[in-house]
Amino acid sequence: MSVAATPKVDAIVADFPILARPTSRGKRLVYLDSAATSQKPRAVIQALVDYYEQYNANIHRGVYEIAARATTEYERARVKLARFVGAQTSEIVWVRNTTEAINLVAYSWGSSNLRAGDALLLTELEHHSDLVPWQLLAQRTGAELRFIPVDDRGVLVLDDLDRLLEGCKLVAIAHVSNTLGTIAPLETIIPRAHAAGAVVLVDGAQGAPHLPVDVKALDADFYTFSGHKMLGPTGIGVLYGKHDLLAAMPPFVTGGDMIRRVEYAHTTFNDPPRKFEAGTSNIADAIAFGVAAEYLQAIGMEWVREHERILTGYALGRLAEFEPRGLAIYGPRDPALVSGVISFNFADVHAHDLASILDTEGVCVRAGHHCTMPLMDKMGWAATARASFYIYNSEADVDALCSGIEKAARVFGV
Amino acid sequence: MDDFYRDYILDHYRNPRNFGTLERSDAQAEDLNPLCGDEIRMQLKLDDGVVEDVRFSGKGCAISQASASMLTEMVKGMKLADVAKLSKDAVLENVGIGISPTRMKCAMLGLRVLKSAAIGELAGWPDEE
Repeated sequence: MSVAATPKVDAIVADFPILARPTSRGKRLVYLDSAATSQKPRAVIQALVDYYEQYNANIHRGVYEIAARATTEYERARVKLARFVGAQTSEIVWVRNTTEAINLVAYSWGSSNLRAGDALLLTELEHHSDLVPWQLLAQRTGAELRFIPVDDRGVLVLDDLDRLLEGCKLVAIAHVSNTLGTIAPLETIIPRAHAAGAVVLVDGAQGAPHLPVDVKALDADFYTFSGHKMLGPTGIGVLYGKHDLLAAMPPFVTGGDMIRRVEYAHTTFNDPPRKFEAGTSNIADAIAFGVAAEYLQAIGMEWVREHERILTGYALGRLAEFEPRGLAIYGPRDPALVSGVISFNFADVHAHDLASILDTEGVCVRAGHHCTMPLMDKMGWAATARASFYIYNSEADVDALCSGIEKAARVFGV
Repeated sequence: MDDFYRDYILDHYRNPRNFGTLERSDAQAEDLNPLCGDEIRMQLKLDDGVVEDVRFSGKGCAISQASASMLTEMVKGMKLADVAKLSKDAVLENVGIGISPTRMKCAMLGLRVLKSAAIGELAGWPDEE
C-alpha cells in the first residue's frame, strides 16, 4: 500500500473540521488549493479560541497573570518556529506574511546596502511578492535586476550563474515555485552566491510548509514564510534572518514595542527581533502558528515530503490519461523535482471554466496566472489550472479531480 | 452553474461574433481582469453617433468571451450615448444564464471595456444643448 492511502492520512483528515463538511451541493470537499492557503486542524483553531476566551491580554507590558501568560505563549510560539526551521529564537521576526517579510528586507536591508550599479538576482519563477519589492528597490537605488532563466519545463538553468552573480549584492529565490512546484537547487545556488559576495533571501512560502527546512544547513541569510500556508492562521508569518544581519539593519515599521528608550528628539531601538515588531503584535495568530508548527513536526516533515512526492507521482500518472484528449501538464514531470503542485490545461477549456466545473463536484483548484504573470507571458500561457496537495490529501482526491475533468469534457464536448 | 455552459455560450466562445480588429476605428479601449489575466479590446466605428461596426479581440474564459461576443451583437446600431449607459442587468439578460458572484467579473469585462471606449469618445464631444 502506498503512503498516500495509509491510515495516517485518515487520522490527519479527521483533525480538520472543514473536510467533514459537505459542499452546498452535497459533495465531499476535495481541497486541492493548499498552495493558496492550507486548511486548519482543530488544535490550531482551538488555540485561537483559548487565547481569546482564557487569557486575552497585551504582551510585554502587563504585570497581571493573563498578560504574563499571553507573553509566555507568544514567546513560546517564537521558540517553536525557531526549532521548526533550525534557527535561534532571536532570529525569528514575526510579520504578517511572506510578502511583508520580503518588503521588510527590501526596505531595511536593501535601502542601506544597495547602490547604483549593484545587481539583484531573482529567477523567472518568482511570485509577484518576490519580484515587485525588488523592482521598486532597483528603481529607488539604481540597481540592476537580473533573472536566472528557466527552461520550457520550468527548471532553473544555472549555466550562466557565475556571470549573473558578478556585482550582485542580493539573490532572492523561491524555495518552491507556487505555479509549477519546481524545487530550487538551493544547495548549489547559495554557496555560489556567497562566494560572489551576495546575500541570499529564500522565499519559503511554498517551501517551509512542504519540505524539511534547516536554515543553518542551507546557509540562507533570510528565509521568509507564511503561517496560513502551513496549517496556521492568516495574518502571521516569519522572517528568519541571520542575527548579525538583523542587528545591523535599520528598523522598517516604527513605533511602540520596538524601542529601548524614547526621548522627544531621539530613539534608541530594541534588539532584534523586537526591533522589527512595532505596535501590538498579532498575538493570537502567532500562538496558533506555533501550534501549527508543532502539529507538522509531530507528523514529521520528512513524511510530509514523501507523502506529497507519492501523491504527485500518482496525480501525474492519472492526468497523463487525459493527454490524448488535449490535457497539457506544465512543469517537470519528475515528482523528485517538484513539491505537491501541478499546473495544467485541458483542451480548449479555459482554466477558469474548468475550475468552475470542478467546483460543482466539490473540487477546489486555483485557476489563473498564480501571481506569476511574467512567467505566464514567457511560457505563452494565458492561464492554467493548478492542483496543489498537502498532508490531508489522498489518492481519492486525485480521482475526484479526474472525475471532474471528465465532467468538463462532457460539458465542453471535448 | 451546472447549466452555465449552454450550447449557445460554447458556440459564442468557440465562434465569437465580430471578432478581430478594425483597421480604422473611431473609439477603442482595452482592459484586463488582473485576477485571471483575461484581456479584451473593443473597437467601434461610428456614423453620426451610432455604432456602425464593432470588433473585439482578446483571450479568456468562455464566460468573458461569450459575453463580449453577445455584447457586440447587441450594440450594433445603438447610439453611442446609449452604449455608455448600458447596465450590468442588460448584459446579464442578454447572456441569459445565471452568473455566480465569483464569475461576475468575467461576464462584465466586455461591458467595462466597451463603456470605457464609449465614454472616452463622448468626453471629446461638445455638450448637447
